[in-house]
Parts: sequence; C-alpha cells; structure tokens
Amino acid sequence: MKIAVCLRRTPDTTAKIVIAAGGTSIDETGVKFVPNPYDEYAIEAAIALKEKAGAGETVVVALGADSVQETLRTALAMGIDRAVHLQGNASADGLENARALADHVRGGGYDLVLFGKLAVDDYGQQTGAMVAELLELPCATAITMLEIADGRATVEREVEGGVEQATCALPAVFTCDKGLNNPRLPSLKGIMAARKKPFDIAPVTVAAGAVTVASLVLPPERAAGRIVGEGAAAVPALMQLLVSDAKVI
Amino acid sequence: MANVLAVLEVRNGALRKGSAELLAAARRLADASGGTVDALVCSTGAVNTDTLGAAGADRVLSASHADFANYCPDGTVATVASVSAQYRAIVVSASATGKDLAPRIAARINAPCAMDVTSVDLSGDTIRVVRPVYAGKALQTVDLRGSTVIAVRPGAYAGLGAGKAGANVSITVPPFTKRLDVTGIRTANTGLLDVAEARVVISGGRGLGDPKHFVLLEELAAAFGGEAAVGASRAVVDAGWAEHGAQVGQTGKTVAPELYIAVGISGAIQHLAGMRTAKVIVAINRDKDAPIFKVADYGIVGDLFEVVPALTAAVKQVKAH
Ligand SMILES: Cc1cc2nc3c(=O)[nH]c(=O)nc-3n(C[C@H](O)[C@H](O)[C@H](O)COP(=O)(O)OP(=O)(O)OC[C@H]3O[C@@H](n4cnc5c(N)ncnc54)[C@H](O)[C@@H]3O)c2cc1C
Ligand SMILES: Nc1ncnc2c1ncn2[C@@H]1O[C@H](COP(=O)(O)O)[C@@H](O)[C@H]1O
Repeated sequence: MKIAVCLRRTPDTTAKIVIAAGGTSIDETGVKFVPNPYDEYAIEAAIALKEKAGAGETVVVALGADSVQETLRTALAMGIDRAVHLQGNASADGLENARALADHVRGGGYDLVLFGKLAVDDYGQQTGAMVAELLELPCATAITMLEIADGRATVEREVEGGVEQATCALPAVFTCDKGLNNPRLPSLKGIMAARKKPFDIAPVTVAAGAVTVASLVLPPERAAGRIVGEGAAAVPALMQLLVSDAKVI
Repeated sequence: MANVLAVLEVRNGALRKGSAELLAAARRLADASGGTVDALVCSTGAVNTDTLGAAGADRVLSASHADFANYCPDGTVATVASVSAQYRAIVVSASATGKDLAPRIAARINAPCAMDVTSVDLSGDTIRVVRPVYAGKALQTVDLRGSTVIAVRPGAYAGLGAGKAGANVSITVPPFTKRLDVTGIRTANTGLLDVAEARVVISGGRGLGDPKHFVLLEELAAAFGGEAAVGASRAVVDAGWAEHGAQVGQTGKTVAPELYIAVGISGAIQHLAGMRTAKVIVAINRDKDAPIFKVADYGIVGDLFEVVPALTAAVKQVKAH
C-alpha cells in the first residue's frame, strides 16, 4: 500500500486573526502554525492503512515556502515514512496548486492520495477533488469512513439529512473529514525517528492563475445583543421580540 | 455578457431545497450584464421543474441518464463540461454535493473555483465574490478572471419568487467513465431536518447535563412544526450525546438559519464559527458572562430546564393561532 498525503501548514484554529498591512492577508506575528487539522485525519488514515497492510510506504507532500518543512516533520513524527517539500509559492488559485501537486503525485505509483477536506485558513475546499480530476482518478470528498478490500475502497460521507455511501477501484483520491479516525499524537520516539527519515526538497514554479485576493477584512460585528431577562419569566418578552420585532416566528 | 449555468441538485427524483436560492444568485449575476440563466437538471427522467422559470431560469436543460439515480459526480461533470463553453459562470449550491462537484468541474474545464461565496458580482471583466475564511473570522473578497465555478453558500440569497416561464431543453449526456459509484444514502434515523437546511436550529451543549435531556430540544423543535432541526456543540458530540452530523461549528456544519437558539452552550469561538451568520441568535444560559451572549441578539439568563419548556409552550401557543 503506497499512500501520499498532501499536507498544508495552517494557523492554529484558536489564533486571533489580525489583518496585515496591505489588507489581503493575515498578520502572522505571534501566530502558532500547525498541520491543517483535517490533514491529520489523512495522515492517521495513511499510517493505519499501511500498518494494516503490513507493507508499503507513506509519503507526505507539502507545497509552499520553507516554513512548511516544520509541518512536514510533524507528520514524520506521527509516523509517516518520507517527506517531500515542493518548494515554491502557492497561488491564490487553488487549481494551480492542484496542478503542482498532481504533477508530483502522477507516476508515483500511489494506491491512495489523501487530502484534508478543507484548509482552515483559506477554506478553499477544492484541492483534493481537483487533483483527482487532473489525474483522472476516482474521488470522494469529506469522507468519514474508509475501508479497503480487494483493491477497492468503500467510503461514507455526510450529506444533508444522511450518509452517502460509495465505492471505487484503487488508485483513488479521498479528502478526509472529522469522524474518519482519531489522529495519533507525535511520540517522543517518533520525533527522534523523524530526524533520520528521507526528506526531499524539489523546487517548483506555480503559475499565478486566474484568482486575485482583492481584500481581507474582519467580519462586521454583530450589533450588541441584549439580555431579555432571567428565567422562564423572560419567555413572554422573548416571544414578543421574536414574533413582532425579528419576525422569525 | 455573463451567461450563467446553475447546476441544480436532485435527490430521490426531486429538486433539492436551495434550487430557487441558487437561481436567484445566478439571476443577479446574469442580469448585471444582460446575460441569461440556464438551469441544468441531471436525473433519470421526469423531475418536476415547473417552478424553475419563476425562480429565475430562462431555460431548463434536462440531462437524463440511468446513472443519475444517485449522485453521479463523473457523469455530472461530463455533462456540464459538454456545455460549459457557453457560460461565463457555473454556479452550484455549497451543499455537501455542490462542494464535491464544483472543484471537479473547475479542474475539468480549466477554470478557477470559489467555494462558499456569500455574495457574487460582475465588476468590469472580473467576477468578484466574497467568502468567509479562517472559520468565519475574516471575509475574503476575490476576483476571478475568465470562466469561473462558484459554490454559493446556502442562506446567502433569498429566492426570487417571480420570473419568466423557463423553456425546456433536453441535452445529451456525453459518454463518461463512472469512476466513483455512489450506492445510496443512509438517512439519519432521527427523521428530523438537517441543521444545514432548517429555517430554525436549536442546538444543545454540555449544559444539558445528560444525553436524555436532548428530548427538551426535540420538543421545542417539534413545536416549530417541521421547520426546525436540533444541533449540538462539539463537546456533546465528542461525548457521544449527539451524532456528528448535528455538530455546528468549525469542525462541524456551518449553518445560517433565520433563527438559532443556543441552549447550554458557552459560545466558544469554534462554535461561533458555524452559526454567527444566523439572522437571529437566541441564547439560553445560566451564566450571564457566557461568551454566547456577546453574539446573541436576545438572551435569557437562567436554567435551561426551566426556560426551554416554557419556550416550547409559548411557541406551541403562537403556532396554534
Ligand atoms: C480545533 C477545534 C475545533 C473545534 N470545533 C468545534 C465545533 O465545530 N463546534 C463546537 O461547538 N465546538 C468546537 N470546538 C470545541 C469548543 O472549543 C468548545 O469546547 C465547545 O464548543 C464547548 O461546548 P459547550 O458550549 O457545549 O460546553 P461548555 O463550554 O462546557 O459550556 C456549557 C455551557 O452550559 C451552561 N449551562 C450549564 N448548565 C446549564 C443549565 N442548567 N442551564 C443553562 N445553561 C447551563 C454553562 O454556563 C456553559 O456556558 C473545537 C475545538 C477545537 C480545539
Ligand atoms: N500548499 C499545499 N501543499 C500540500 N497540500 C495542500 C496545500 N494546500 C492544500 N493542500 C491539501 O488540500 C486540502 C484542501 O485544501 P483547500 O482546497 O485549500 O481547502 C488540504 O487539507 C491539504 O490536504
């Protein structure tokens, strides 16, 4: 079982967002960066599937500036075998990033290429499905269940009002959602072992693409709310507001 | 001129909720430049599309194929790609299905893709969209050049409810390789609405104290008569009190209902990420300093075990009139 995981470096989700001068990106001062939380489900799935198969290789691939190397090392410490840093600047156009990732994965002999369902910074929600399309591989997005048997995958994904079930042949591309598994933490032993694992750096040039970020702003504050009252005694006043003022009942 | 193709979603032989809303967004984009709106319906055959003209479609393109009994991404992408050259923008609803479809279409037709957009405009030669990023902690405005694929966030556009009579056109599904075989949908056993689709969402948190107390929220939802869904905070989903599908927030669903009632939820930033764009937010919490009151339009400080039954009774009374 040879599995690639595409990994992105993202700000910790609890980070306070401050807009940088220029108004199109965040101020990274003091922000802690982590592996994209959804990519951890992909990493866990890759490690567990290889363990189960008893043979194979897991590879983690990140496109970006040199800062992604730290993120790649975290994946190695979790148990991934090998890292590839596609060294270059990612585009604001997700399709261009998908092309760079697809170009690297193509011909790599992977049975599975795994992604997170979304990156918690840009909320692009597109890279995995685009790579699948570019590689002409079967794809399911935001999976919460994955079983592999006899060269086929069975997956489940949540849709409005239910759980969609699907199957496909390998090789295949999946993007991973919460619920798929419980990602392991890097162990001290893992962190030591990570230092000796293969770590390739390959320069890439990503085209600018057809997308420009015009601005990034903080959302408008909600108008200050008010406490209607205390306890059940406040219910009539609340109902009055919901029915007559807000007109939502 | 921006002609727009709206790819509608069909499940069990019927158009999904949100079709009218998507057409309203498509109409707005097309009208900015005197363009037209086509609605594409991929199905096994007869789907009732009578309402689509009034909702804003100039034409309804029907593509029938036996493989369209379930969602068929490969066939849908092939069909869209076969007509895509006629359109400046292809729009889908940013539902689970639409989000799956949009990037596939974009990669196939070599177009940029913007997900979860809350506003879309044509400005000069570029399509300008606004979308929440960083879990709703920031709003990004993006310019897309050339043909584009856009997934419009549910709740962002109200349906038009008045338009022209749409003409019906059958189109051929081109040959395609069915790489992924969707075998079916296991529906949630609750029988209640999905939080992402309901007009009213009532969510419970750790303050409920015990999974069995969710019945209080189910009763309140029932009082709304089939338009309310029950959601949950991650704390209670992780504790196994509620299904993951009910989780609202950064790692759960993003909801934009008209009314969101948070019961026994503290209002952590990750929870707010999923519901802060609700039209009206009500919070019921016994801690007057709980952060949820900072985003709530209306708050009641008190014991939920006392307040919720009273609210249920009051809603029932209003609904009875
Ligand atoms: C990466 C990451 C992602 C996350 N994603 C999500 C997400 O998607 N969604 C999400 O919800 N959380 C998410 N969280 C968790 C989040 O940080 C909070 O831990 C969680 O939302 C808290 O849930 P809660 O409000 O139910 O519980 P608590 O914070 O424990 O709040 C319980 C509230 O109930 C009130 N209460 C208690 N008893 C009563 C009573 N009898 N009557 C009235 N009020 C009462 C208390 O005053 C308190 O405010 C995430 C966290 C991380 C780190
Ligand atoms: N720069 C990148 N390098 C490697 N993988 C990436 C990169 N950006 C996104 N991905 C992958 O694509 C997924 C979805 O990202 P996005 O489409 O930006 O929401 C992430 O969870 C990663 O698995």
